[in-house]
Amino acid sequence: AWGGARPPRPVPAPPACREPGHPPPEPCGAVTASDLRDSGVPWLRPRGNMEFAELIKTPRVDNVVLHRPFYPAVEGTLCLTGHHLILSSRQDNTEELWLLHSNIDAIDKRFVGPLGTIIIKCKDFRIIQLDIPGMEECLNIASSIETLSTLDSITLMYPFFYRPMFEVMEDGWHSFLPEQEFELYSSATSEWRLSYVNKEFAVCPSYPPIVIVPKSIDDEALRKVAAFRHGGRFPVLSYYHKKNGMVIMRSGQPLTGTNGRRCKEDEKLINATLRAGKRGYIIDTRSLNVAQQARAKGGGFEQEAHYPQWRRIHKSIERYHILQESLIKLVEACNDQTHNMDRWLGRLEASNWLTHIKEILTTACLAAQCIDREGASILIHGTEGTDSTLQVTSLAQIILEPRSRTIRGFEALIEREWLQAGHPFQQRCAQSAYCNSKQKWESPVFLLFLDCVWQILRQFPCSFEFNENFLIMLFEHAYASQFGTFLGNNESERCKLKLQQKTMSLWSWVNRPGELSKFTNPLFEANNLVIWPSVAPQSLQLWEGIFLRWNRSSKYLDEAYEEMVNIIEYNKELQAKCSRPVKDMINLFREYLLD
Amino acid sequence: MEHIRTPKVENVRLVDRISSKEAALGTLYLTATHVIFVENAPDTRKETWILHSQISTIEKQATTATGCPLLIRCKNFQLLQLIIPQERDCHDVYISLIRLARPVKYEELYCFSFNPKLDKEEREQGWMLIDLGEEYKRMGLPSNYWQLSDVNRDYRVCDSYPTELYVPKSATAHIIVGSSKFRSRRRFPALSYYYKDNHASICRSSQPLSGFSARCLEDEQMLQAIRKANPGSDFIYVVDTRPKLNAMANRAAGKGYENEDNYSNIKFQFIGIENIHVMRSSLQKMLEVCELKSPSMSDFLWGLENSGWLRHIKAIMDAGIFIAKAVSEEGASVLVHCSDGWDRTAQVCSVASLLLDPHYRTLKGFMVLIEKDWISFGHKFNHRYGNLDGDPKEISPVIDQFIECVWQLMEQFPCAFEFNERFLIHIQHHIYSCQFGNFLCNSQKERQELKIQERTYSLWAHLWKNRADYMNPLFRADQSQTRGTLRLPTTPCNFMYKFWNGMYNRFEKGLQPRQSVTDYLMAVKEETQQLEEELEALEERLEKIQKVQLNHTKVKSKQSEPSKHSGFSTSDNSTANTPQDYSGNMKSFPSRSPSQGDEDSALILTQDNLKSSDPDLSANSDQESGVEDLSCRSPSGGECAPSEDSGKDRDSDEAVFLTA
Repeated sequence: AWGGARPPRPVPAPPACREPGHPPPEPCGAVTASDLRDSGVPWLRPRGNMEFAELIKTPRVDNVVLHRPFYPAVEGTLCLTGHHLILSSRQDNTEELWLLHSNIDAIDKRFVGPLGTIIIKCKDFRIIQLDIPGMEECLNIASSIETLSTLDSITLMYPFFYRPMFEVMEDGWHSFLPEQEFELYSSATSEWRLSYVNKEFAVCPSYPPIVIVPKSIDDEALRKVAAFRHGGRFPVLSYYHKKNGMVIMRSGQPLTGTNGRRCKEDEKLINATLRAGKRGYIIDTRSLNVAQQARAKGGGFEQEAHYPQWRRIHKSIERYHILQESLIKLVEACNDQTHNMDRWLGRLEASNWLTHIKEILTTACLAAQCIDREGASILIHGTEGTDSTLQVTSLAQIILEPRSRTIRGFEALIEREWLQAGHPFQQRCAQSAYCNSKQKWESPVFLLFLDCVWQILRQFPCSFEFNENFLIMLFEHAYASQFGTFLGNNESERCKLKLQQKTMSLWSWVNRPGELSKFTNPLFEANNLVIWPSVAPQSLQLWEGIFLRWNRSSKYLDEAYEEMVNIIEYNKELQAKCSRPVKDMINLFREYLLD
Repeated sequence: MEHIRTPKVENVRLVDRISSKEAALGTLYLTATHVIFVENAPDTRKETWILHSQISTIEKQATTATGCPLLIRCKNFQLLQLIIPQERDCHDVYISLIRLARPVKYEELYCFSFNPKLDKEEREQGWMLIDLGEEYKRMGLPSNYWQLSDVNRDYRVCDSYPTELYVPKSATAHIIVGSSKFRSRRRFPALSYYYKDNHASICRSSQPLSGFSARCLEDEQMLQAIRKANPGSDFIYVVDTRPKLNAMANRAAGKGYENEDNYSNIKFQFIGIENIHVMRSSLQKMLEVCELKSPSMSDFLWGLENSGWLRHIKAIMDAGIFIAKAVSEEGASVLVHCSDGWDRTAQVCSVASLLLDPHYRTLKGFMVLIEKDWISFGHKFNHRYGNLDGDPKEISPVIDQFIECVWQLMEQFPCAFEFNERFLIHIQHHIYSCQFGNFLCNSQKERQELKIQERTYSLWAHLWKNRADYMNPLFRADQSQTRGTLRLPTTPCNFMYKFWNGMYNRFEKGLQPRQSVTDYLMAVKEETQQLEEELEALEERLEKIQKVQLNHTKVKSKQSEPSKHSGFSTSDNSTANTPQDYSGNMKSFPSRSPSQGDEDSALILTQDNLKSSDPDLSANSDQESGVEDLSCRSPSGGECAPSEDSGKDRDSDEAVFLTA
C-alpha cells in the first residue's frame, strides 16, 4: 500500500498518517478500500462531527491522477474525509494513498484548461501532485484541504477520533511515570526528592506536576525561585550521573534584569547540588551578547558575584525563526535537482543547518565532558529553557547514559526531557519547511535534536538499540500523528485536553513486538560506556534519510539493510542450532549413565 | 646511504597537529627507505614509519624557541610535524629527505630492496595471478569480429601500448599503422572492453592529428572497422573527454578531434573533464581544507566547494555513465580519447567497465581492471605519482580520482562490490609506496626492460593473500544490484557525491566513525562460518554417540562446547574515544595521534600488523569511557594483536575549555 507514498529506508517505517498493518483508520470502524469504491458517501462524515461535512464540498472525485517521484503515475478515486485525503486506484492489489490533513504543510494549485493540479507539500518534506479533472472539483478539494489541514481546535485533530485497531498491551500513557524514573536514581542517591509543588501547574505552567529537586530545598523556597526564573522554570534535576554523582539541572534564565536582582533561594538551590569544595558549571546556551541583551527585557544570567561556586560558559545555539529559515533553505536545496555540484554544496552551506547541528552537538559534548571528565555538576539554560536547553540536556544523556541509547530509554528520555519538560510541540511543529505563514514560534528544534542523535548513531552504529527508522518515525509523529503524545505544548495543556482519556499514546503502539522489530538496530551490542562523538565538520553529514528521502531511490540501501539483517539473523539461528546437539548429547550421556 | 647526512636525531618532538595533546618526545631515524620516529615513552615506544616514496613535500618552518619545525606531507594524506631542537640537525634532515624523497634511479626505489621472504616460485606465481590474456577470453574474445593483433610486437608501432591488443578483424596491419600515424604518440584505437551481450565495445585511443583540416583514410577505415565489428548498431560514438575549448585549442597544434563529416556514421561527443593541471590544483585546495585547524562548517563546505573536487569526480562519473549507457542500452560501440589517451581515457574506460561488468566489482576483477586500463595501456604511473624525481607539472591524482569514483559507487550500491573501502585505500597507498613493482615506470615496455617481474613482487598477490581483510560482508553475487549493469539515476543528483573522509582524513582517526559496520559484519560472518563447521561436527558426533549407545558399548567422549559468543569487537572503534575539545577554540581532538600506519612500515602488510595498523585503535579503549574493547575476537579472526598500547590517550580529557 502506498500509505506513506514510498517506504523509507531501510525498513519501511509506518507513516504517521496510516496505521500500519491495518485497514484505514477511520473513526466509524473498518472501512476498506472496497467500501470506498462501492458505497461511497455516508461513511465520509465522521461520527458526531457535522462541521467536517460542511467543510467538504466535494467529498469524492473520480479519475484523479497521482504523481510521485520514483513511482509511475496512478489513476484513481480521490476522497476527502474529516482527517484524510485518500486516493484509491481501481486496480486489484490496489495501492492507496492515505494522507493525514494535518501532515499537509502547504498546497499549490494551477490550471491548464479544465484540468486542475494540486501540489501537496507535506510536513515530512514529501511533495505529491494530484491532477483533478474539473475546475470546480479542484477548487473545492483545494479549499477543503486548506481548511482541514489548518484547523485551529486541537480537539478536532485526528487523535481524538482515532480508534486503534491493535490490541493495547501496555498503555503508553503510563509507561514512563516520573515516580518510576525517580526510582532509578533513588537507589544511588538520597540527595534528591520528588516535589509536588507544581501539582496544579500554578508555580510553573510549563512544568509537569512532579519534578525532582534537591532534598534540602522545600517547596516554599521553590516557589520563590520560580518567581526568579523565566516562566517559573526553577532549576530541576534533568540527569544524575551514577558514576560520580554529578548532575545536570535545567531551568529558565534568571530574571536579574538590568539592576542585577538576586534571589537567595535560587543560589541556595543550585548550591545544594554541589559537593563541599566543588565547583559547578552553568552552561548558557546563548552567547554572552545575547544574554546581556536579555537583561533589558528583565531576563539575564547568573552573576559571578552571587554564584561564586559556579563558572559560566556561553555557547550560541540559534533559536526560533533562524532555525526555521535554515530548515526552509535546506529543504529547498534538497528539492532542487537542477543546480550543479558546486551550487549544491554552496546551498547546503548557506542553509546553515549543519552549522546548527555542530553547535548543538558541541554544547552537548561540552556538558557531558563537564560531568564525566571534570566531575562537575552543571546547570543548563537559555532563555525560556524549553528549546536549546532541552537539546543539550537530552543529547548529553545520549552521550553519558547507555540506557538512553536503548529503545525504552530513549522513549523515556523524550517523555522526560521533551514532553514533561514542556517543549511546546504544538507551537514548534505546527508548520514545516513549506509553509509561507511564518509564525515566530515555529521552529524545528526537535528535528535538530533527532538529527544530532542520528549523527551520533552514524558514528557509533553498534551502540544504539534503535535504528534510523525510529528517529524518522518520531519526526513524523511530532508533526502529524494519529496519537495524542505530541499534542499540546506542555503537561498542563495535555491535562486540560484529557489526552490520556481521549487519545492513544504513541508508545502504546510502538512498544508492541511487531512494531519494535522495525525499529531495532540489528548491530546493537550494549555498550556501557560514555560515547564521545566527533563534532568536526568532516564527521557531520546531511541526514539523507530525512532530507533526501523523497528525492532519491533508496532501493539499494534498503537491500543492503536487509542483507545486514540476514547476516545477523542467520548467525543467531546457527548459534541456537549449535546448542541443541550439545544438549542432546548431554541427555544421551545422562540416559547412558542412568542405565 | 650517501644521501643521509644524519642517521639519527634525538629529542625530536612529534606534534599532534590537531589535538591539544602534548607533543611526543622521541628519536628520529633516517634509513635508506624510511623515516622512523620512535617515541621515548618507555611503555609504548610507539613507532611511526614513513616510506621515502610517500613523501610529497617537506617544509622547513621558521625556527622558534623550542626548535626547528619540519612539516612532512605524504602522498597517502598523512601529515607529520616534527620539531627538531637544533637548526643544524633540522637542516641535515631536511636536505637528506629532499634527496631521499626524490630518487633519480628506479633501483633506488623500495621495491628493489623489499623482501617479503617469498621464494622465486612464489614470486613468479604472484605475478601470474592477474592474466590479461585470460581476461580477454572471459570477455568472449577472440570472436567473429575481434582478433588479437601482433602489430605492436616489440612495441614497433606504439611504445606506450602493450604488445598484445585486440582490434577489429577487418582492421589490417596497414590500417592500424596508418591510423597510428594519425594519432598522438601513435596510440591508435584498440579494444578496452567488449560487451559480449550485444557485441558493443569500448575502444580507446589518443586524439587524432587532425589540425584544422587534415584527414587520414586509414584512421577513418579504422573507425569504420570498429563500427562494423558491432553489427547491432549502425554508428559509433566518439567521446572526447576533454572540454570542447581544450580540444579546439589542440587543433592549432596540429592535433584535435574527429570531424563528423570525414568519418562516416560517428556521433561525436565532448565530455568536459578538466586536464591534469586543474585536477592537481583541485586536490591541493581540498587538502588545504582538510588541514584547517578546527574549521567551521562553513569553512569546510566552502573550501570543499571551491576546490571543485567533487565536481571533477562527477564529471568523470558522468562520462563513465554515458558510455555504459551507450553500450548497454543503445548497443553502440564507443571510441574514447582525450589528448594522449592515458589519463582521462583510462578513468572513463575503467568507470564504464566497472558499471557494465560485475566481474570488475569483484576483488580479482578489480585488479584485472587496473591492470588492463591503467597498467597495460601505459598510464604514466612514474610521472603522475612522482616515483622518480621529475617534472612536478606531470604529477596529478588521476588514478586517485578513479579510486574515489569506485568509492562513490560503493556508497550508492553497498551490496554490489566484493571488496570494501580498505581495499581501495590500500591500493591507493601502494600506488605511491613503490613497495611492489606493479606501478613502476610509465609503460609496459619500460617495465619489461627493467625486468620488474624478476626483481620485485606483485601487489596483487599480496592483496589476494590477505583478501579476508578486504571483503565486503554485504556483497551478494546473486542480488539485483550485483548482477549486470549498475544503473544510476538519470536525474542529476548532486548530493550523490560526498567527501571521502575515510581517504583524505584517513590518519585522523578522531574524525572517523568510531565503530565500523563492515568490521562488525565481517566478524559475524566469520563466526557464522565457524558455527557451520561446528554444527556439522557436532551432528556427526551425536550420530556416532547414538550408534554407540545403541550398541551399549562404553564410550568416553569429550564433548565440545559451542564457542562462546559473547559479542564482537567492532574493532576500529575503541578509537580514541575520549572527548574532543568541544569548547570551540583552537585545538580539538585531543584524542588523535598520528598513526604510524602499518603500510608504511618495512614489513609487509600481514594480517597481524594490519589489525594493529592503527596504533591508537585496538587495545587502547579507554576503559572508563569510550567504546569498550568488546574483543572476543578480532574481525579477521587472528588474535587481535593489541598494538602497543601507545595510543592510550594519556591526556586527552583535560577539558581544554577550562583554560580557554
